[in-house]
Amino acid sequence: MDPAGPEDLKLLAQGVRSFVEAELQPHEALVERLDAVPDELFREIQRKALAAGFYALNMPEEHGGGGLTSPERAVAEIEFGRVSRALGVICNRPAPILKACVGDQIETYLRPTIRGERWECFALTEPGAGSDARAIITKAVGDGDDYIINGTKQFITLAMRADYIITFAVTGVEDTPRGPRKRITAFLVDKGTPGITVTPLDVLSNRGMKSCIISFDDVRVPGRNILGAEGGGFAIAKTWIFSGRVMLAANCVGLAERAMGIAAQWANTRVAFGKPIGQFQGTSFKLADMATEIHATRLMVFDAAAKMQDGTITQREASQVNLFGSEMVGRVTDNALQILGGMGVTKDLPLERFWRDARVERIWEGTSEIHRDIISKDVLREFSA
Amino acid sequence: MKLLVPVKRVVDYNVKVRVKSDGSGVETANVKMSMNPFDEIAVEEAVRLKEKGIATEIIAVSIGPAACAEQIRTALAMGADRGILVEQDGVVEPLTVAKLLKAIIAKESPGLVIMGKQAIDDDMNATGQMLAALMGWSQGTFASKLTIEGDRATVIREIDGGLETVSLSLPAIITADLRLNEPRYASLPNIMKARKKPIETLKPADLGVDPTPRLTVLKVEEPPKRQAGRKVASVAELVDKLRNEAKVI
Ligand SMILES: Cc1cc2nc3c(=O)[nH]c(=O)nc-3n(C[C@H](O)[C@H](O)[C@H](O)COP(=O)(O)OP(=O)(O)OC[C@H]3O[C@@H](n4cnc5c(N)ncnc54)[C@H](O)[C@@H]3O)c2cc1C
Repeated sequence: MDPAGPEDLKLLAQGVRSFVEAELQPHEALVERLDAVPDELFREIQRKALAAGFYALNMPEEHGGGGLTSPERAVAEIEFGRVSRALGVICNRPAPILKACVGDQIETYLRPTIRGERWECFALTEPGAGSDARAIITKAVGDGDDYIINGTKQFITLAMRADYIITFAVTGVEDTPRGPRKRITAFLVDKGTPGITVTPLDVLSNRGMKSCIISFDDVRVPGRNILGAEGGGFAIAKTWIFSGRVMLAANCVGLAERAMGIAAQWANTRVAFGKPIGQFQGTSFKLADMATEIHATRLMVFDAAAKMQDGTITQREASQVNLFGSEMVGRVTDNALQILGGMGVTKDLPLERFWRDARVERIWEGTSEIHRDIISKDVLREFSA
Repeated sequence: MKLLVPVKRVVDYNVKVRVKSDGSGVETANVKMSMNPFDEIAVEEAVRLKEKGIATEIIAVSIGPAACAEQIRTALAMGADRGILVEQDGVVEPLTVAKLLKAIIAKESPGLVIMGKQAIDDDMNATGQMLAALMGWSQGTFASKLTIEGDRATVIREIDGGLETVSLSLPAIITADLRLNEPRYASLPNIMKARKKPIETLKPADLGVDPTPRLTVLKVEEPPKRQAGRKVASVAELVDKLRNEAKVI
C-alpha cells in the first residue's frame, strides 16, 4: 500500500518508510530473540539515522533538529509504527520537555541529545504513583545550591541506554485554596551521579527496549539542573503531554497497517475447504473492519496533529485519539493473528509480537480508563445545567 | 555542466502485477507506483557528480501522466535541482520519449544525460540508444562505472562475458546498470527542500513532438502458472524423473 496521508507529506512518508524498511525491519527478529539491541548495531543504525536526518526530527531546527510540524511528525510516526519500538527509538525523537532547556542546559543536554551524543529518559512513574502522578513521593531536598534526591522510579523506558534522567521529584508543599499541594520539580540528573541504580524489568511488550526501575539514594544534583522552574515540573510536562498521545496513535496506525497487510496476504493465499480463507466472510469482514478503523484513526491523528500545530487541541481530543488508536491496534492485531490461525501464534511470523507490542499502548500514555475518565468528564461538563 | 536525468513512473518492483481482464495491459489502478529502479541509480550517479563538483545543476525529467510529479519530487529529494514534467496520458513509446528528450536537450543544453538502461515495466531498453542516435552523441550503455575527466567520460560497461571500457567525448548519453551505485535515501532536509523546488510542466505539443503511438499492443497475458514442486526420495529417482518425465536430460 502507498504510504498515504496528506498529499504534500507523501514524500516524507516514503522517505521514512524506505529507511524503516531497509535499515530497521531486517533486525527485528534478532532484537526479539536477544531482548536487546547489540551495541554495535545500535550505533550503526544511529549513525545512518543521523546522516539521513531521521533523528530528533521533532526538535527545533535552530538546535539542529528536524523541525517538523505536528502533521509532518504524525506522518513520520505512522511510518515508525511499522517497526519494533526497540529499533524505532534508535531514531531518537527526544522528549519534547527538553525544549524547556535554558542557558547552559542547551549545550549540556539539549543539543548533544539532538546530535545523538547523549540519551535522555523520562522518569515520572513510581511504584506507588502511575495514573495518579501527583502521588509521587520521590523527594528533592535543598542543600546549599544543590538538591539531594531520594526515591524510586519505575517503568522508565530506555533507562539503560540513557545517560541522564529527566526526574520528577517533590520539592515542597504549598497551601492552595483547595488544600495543601505538592510542589513538583523536574531535574536533569546525570546517570553517572553516585547513588543511582538502574535495574531492568522483563516486560511483555517491545522486547529489546527495556523499561527499568531507577533508585535514587542521596543523589546530589546542582540547582542549575532544574528544568523549568522549581515547583513548575507539571506545568512544563503538561505543555507537551498532547504530543505523546497523538503520536502514540500515529504509531498505532503504522503497526495496525502492517498487521493487516500480513493478514490480508495470508487470507488471499491460505486455502481451507477448497478456497482461499479470504473468501469466507468470517475472515473477510475482519479485514473490512480493520481497514475502516485504521482509516478512522488516521483521520483522527491528522485532525489532532493539525490542531496541535495551531495550538487549539483540547485535552479531550488528545485523549480521544489516544484511546481510539490504542484500542484499535489491539483489535486489529488480535484479529490479524486470528486470520493466521496457528501460524499466528508461532514465532516464525511477527504477528504474535505485534499482538504483544500492541498491548502496552492501552496503558503507557495514560490507561484507557484514564482517557475515558477525561473524555466523559468533559462530555458531562458540556451538557451540565 | 548541467545534467539531465529522465525518470519514469512504473509499477513498484515489489508489486505482484496483474494483467487487465481485457488483456490490453497491466493493471495500474490502485497499485503502488515508484521511480524505475535504474533511474534511481541514474539520479544517484548525477548527485555524486554534483557532489564532486563536476556537475553544476541536475534536471529531472519525467514523461507521462500528471502523477509523474511524484517521481520528480523523489529525484528532487535525492538531490536534483529542478524538474520538468511532460504531461501525456496513455502509452508513450521509447521513440516519442527520445524525441521529447531531444527537444528538452535543445532547450537546456546539458553536457551529459544519465538514464536507466531500461524501465522495469516494458523492459524496452531502447530510449537511451534512440536518444543518442537522434542527437548524434556518443553513448555508454549498461554503465557499471562512470568517470568524467575534462570533456571525456570513461565508462565501464557490463557486457556478456565481462567488462568493456569505453572512452566517450562529451556531450554523451549514459545508461545505468544495476551495479553503477547504490542509491541513497532521500535525507530529511532534502525531502523538506524538495517540496519547494520548481517543476515546470509542458505538453508534447510545446516541444513540437507528436506523441501518437506507432505501435499497437495486440495482447498481454500472464505467464503460464508454474506447477507445484515435488519431493523425491533419492538422487536416482530425481535423475529418473528428469530423464523420463521432464525429459530435460
Ligand atoms: C512498558 C512501560 C513503559 C513505561 N515507560 C515509562 C517512562 O518511560 N516514564 C514514566 O514516567 N512512566 C513510564 N511508564 C508508566 C506508565 O505511564 C504507567 O504505567 C501508566 O501511567 C499507568 O500507571 P500504573 O501502571 O501505575 O497503573 P495504575 O495507575 O496503578 O492503574 C492500575 C489500574 O487502575 C486503573 N485506574 C487508576 N485510576 C483510575 C481511575 N481514576 N479511574 C478508573 N480506573 C483507574 C487503571 O486504568 C489501571 O487499569 C511505562 C509503563 C510501561 C508499562
